[in-house]
Amino acid sequence: MSDKKEKQFSRRDFLKTTGAATGGIIGGSLIGGFIGSGWASNDNEIVGSSEDTSGGDNASSNDNFAEARMFFSRQEDFDVLVAATETIFPEDDNGPGAIALGVPFFIDRQLAGNWGSNARDYMQGPFAEGEDTQGYQSPLTRGEIFLQGIRRIIDESVERFDHAFVELGEDARVEIIAAFEAGEIEMQGVSSSRFFQLLKQATLEGAYCDPLYGGNKNMDGWKMKGYPGSVMSYYNVIDQEEFEEMDQVALKDHMNSH
Amino acid sequence: MVEVLDKVDVVTVGVGWTGGIVASELAKAGYNVVGLERGRHQKQEDFLQTKDELRFDSRYDLLQNLSKETLTFRNNPDMTALPMREYGAFHLGTGLGGAGVHWSGVTWRFLPYDFEIRSQTIDRYGEEKIPEDMTLQDWGITYDELEPYYDKFEKTAGISGEENPFGGPRSNPYPTPPMKDTAALRLFRDTTEEMGYQPFMAPSANLSEQYTNPDGQTINQCQFCSFCSRYGCDFGAKSDPINTVIPTAEETGNYELRTSANVTEIIHEDGEVTGVRYVDLNTGREYEQPAETVALTSYVLNNVRLLLQSGLGQPYDPEEETGVIGKNYCYQVEFSGRAFFDKQYNMHMGAGALGMAIDDFNGDNFDHSDLDFLHGGWISLRQGGRTPISSNPVPSGTPGFGREFKEQSIYNFYRMLSVGTQGASLPNRYNYLDLDPTYTDEFGNPLLRMTFDFHEQDRNLATFLAERIENILEEMGGQDISVNKELGNFDVEPYQSTHNTGGVIIGDDPETSAVNSYLQMWDHDNLFVIGASAFAHNGGYNPTGTVGALAYRATEGMIEFLDNGGGQLVTAKNKSKLT
Ligand SMILES: Cc1cc2nc3c(=O)[nH]c(=O)nc-3n(C[C@H](O)[C@H](O)[C@H](O)COP(=O)(O)OP(=O)(O)OC[C@H]3O[C@@H](n4cnc5c(N)ncnc54)[C@H](O)[C@@H]3O)c2cc1C
Repeated sequence: MSDKKEKQFSRRDFLKTTGAATGGIIGGSLIGGFIGSGWASNDNEIVGSSEDTSGGDNASSNDNFAEARMFFSRQEDFDVLVAATETIFPEDDNGPGAIALGVPFFIDRQLAGNWGSNARDYMQGPFAEGEDTQGYQSPLTRGEIFLQGIRRIIDESVERFDHAFVELGEDARVEIIAAFEAGEIEMQGVSSSRFFQLLKQATLEGAYCDPLYGGNKNMDGWKMKGYPGSVMSYYNVIDQEEFEEMDQVALKDHMNSH
Repeated sequence: MVEVLDKVDVVTVGVGWTGGIVASELAKAGYNVVGLERGRHQKQEDFLQTKDELRFDSRYDLLQNLSKETLTFRNNPDMTALPMREYGAFHLGTGLGGAGVHWSGVTWRFLPYDFEIRSQTIDRYGEEKIPEDMTLQDWGITYDELEPYYDKFEKTAGISGEENPFGGPRSNPYPTPPMKDTAALRLFRDTTEEMGYQPFMAPSANLSEQYTNPDGQTINQCQFCSFCSRYGCDFGAKSDPINTVIPTAEETGNYELRTSANVTEIIHEDGEVTGVRYVDLNTGREYEQPAETVALTSYVLNNVRLLLQSGLGQPYDPEEETGVIGKNYCYQVEFSGRAFFDKQYNMHMGAGALGMAIDDFNGDNFDHSDLDFLHGGWISLRQGGRTPISSNPVPSGTPGFGREFKEQSIYNFYRMLSVGTQGASLPNRYNYLDLDPTYTDEFGNPLLRMTFDFHEQDRNLATFLAERIENILEEMGGQDISVNKELGNFDVEPYQSTHNTGGVIIGDDPETSAVNSYLQMWDHDNLFVIGASAFAHNGGYNPTGTVGALAYRATEGMIEFLDNGGGQLVTAKNKSKLT
């Protein structure tokens, strides 16, 4: 136990020293700058970013009626989701991170639908843990796993760093998410690594899905990856030796073309 | 109350590739056919918004809804089987056209060796080469006998290909030329050629040019858009049942299709099948459809399940080694290795069946005298079209998330190439299918139970093929090569392939097989069980070319059966043992 305590102290020191480098350790700052929808103040420090990439049109932010919560009832839980996804997929020189791509609201909506309630999965009992080779065997839905996982992130932050997750610097947030990834965090009915895999998968989905789902805003995820989206034909370029750069096409562009 | 409908000549249980082939051939021959398909009706127009990775690849929109029906799985008889609650090592089709709508389209012929695998293995290496628990059997049909039906299926689908230097003799070249090659495919071709192997373009049901098949159905030229495996084609450029055999059947006027019709039982009396029972999923009403002949075409897994559920055939017992239904369930030893390259390849472009192959390490194309396994697999570089959610390749040592992960996954999206194999899966006494004692489907009927694991044979084969793959990636100039050489236990969670086979196997002896070479049940003359369920083992290839060939042969048998007013089409070896 004394080991753990020592570790905690050093972590706090670490937090103090690295906080300055990554910006905004404390102050609910992570979320405010990114969302750009007017509900959070914009003048706070932003972790990992100095600009609002969500379109910069805060003045007309009332247009964005879709940016409200369907699944997460608690603001605090959603804020942690926001910070966790940005930790997994941060803004960098390549381009926007999870927040600016619309990932948190994308996940909120996915959890409110079929996927979140495992509507197309076999959820009848009896339930048994089974062997590793037998796949997912828990009665928990993805929505329930997310809620439990998010709350465990909240607890784990306070336990390790004495601060809310959203107040932590990036290195501290990474440490916590990595502990989930490694399966080190106790969860009920599911391993923390499975929760991490779901969170990571959903984050990547939100970053790279067709923009019709609310993620991959402005096709910026695709632009970053050099991926052109739903191009009708590569017939004329498929056999060429050189790499071909192309403009992005979304499903919306196909709506009237047939 | 079950409503009894008017009797028809043929009813098919399920309408995918096999149900569609039965419909087209029997309806053309003038017989009236009813197709019962549990899923929705679908046509090309349903796929105009198909280029949607989240919906079709991440959320499996076209696949069987597992909340209604799944199967249970365990590695061996000592374990308790548990339901496959979500996808999944394999992806089950539903809806008109079945998995044929969202397949990739690689369309192989098995090797002559496959059909006579037991006798040829013994001839060449002696009986002791076959491990004790390997229930290896000849198929009761040779490659040469099946060749005309391969030819027929390839013509129906318009397959684009180039002759396999190791393949059996062909009566005709492929109906359309091979697909275009790509920078990555050329790298694989040049490298393997230099290594002394014989590369060639994989046979593809995504067509190199527009093609009209002998039934008058037209399939378009593939645009290499990449939305292929797990997607329906928006351009009508992938041969599938809904652009070939199903419209052919409909045009005869002899075909009636009923979708949302879920078959729950095959009805039989005194050794004769009289029809099927099904539930109309829109109304919940139950119907009985009487028929002269029944074609069970509901994919491997439900073919086995419906037989067992209906009390048809003798269930296989692995302890006593008696019975046949559920026996020789096989799969595929499928995996790949990857490496990174400096150059960016257009890997987001592609088609489901676009690939450069070598067959030097398949079947008995190489000497197994000093090897501790039988058979092999085709090795290839495939370019199905990489999509950004599912593909985030990072070099080893990269963290699983965060800055470095993001940087690397973006940088390497076009710089990673993978070389893979589909290894043969040979039968094992303890790999089989039966009914689960605990879990049920939406109607309260028992789920199918799969007992399957990889054994010595599979592990040794995997290690051998992994080493070949590693060599090829090295010669290609790849960096940070990663190939898993340890197959481990079969795990039902990560996707491997929808190449389930066996359970209602073909043969010449009713003691050891369930169907004859026309896929007619030995002990129920008017029941034909069609699909990869008939495979006595799975070869080192995708199965559907062989499924299509067997299906065409079965339809010839069905027509003969109906024309002649019944009877067994094949004289059984060991007929005395038939009870
Ligand atoms: C993603 C993917 C990629 C693939 N790629 C390839 C490939 O490249 N090459 C290859 O050779 N093979 C490939 N396959 C496999 C190929 O799709 C199958 O071999 C082929 O579709 C089998 O045809 P089938 O008629 O036996 O079954 P299906 O096509 O699955 O059709 C069976 C039909 O029966 C229906 N059915 C089932 N139960 C009932 C019931 N109780 N009542 C009524 N209807 C029922 C189903 O809904 C379904 O429509 C792929 C499969 C998948 C999923």
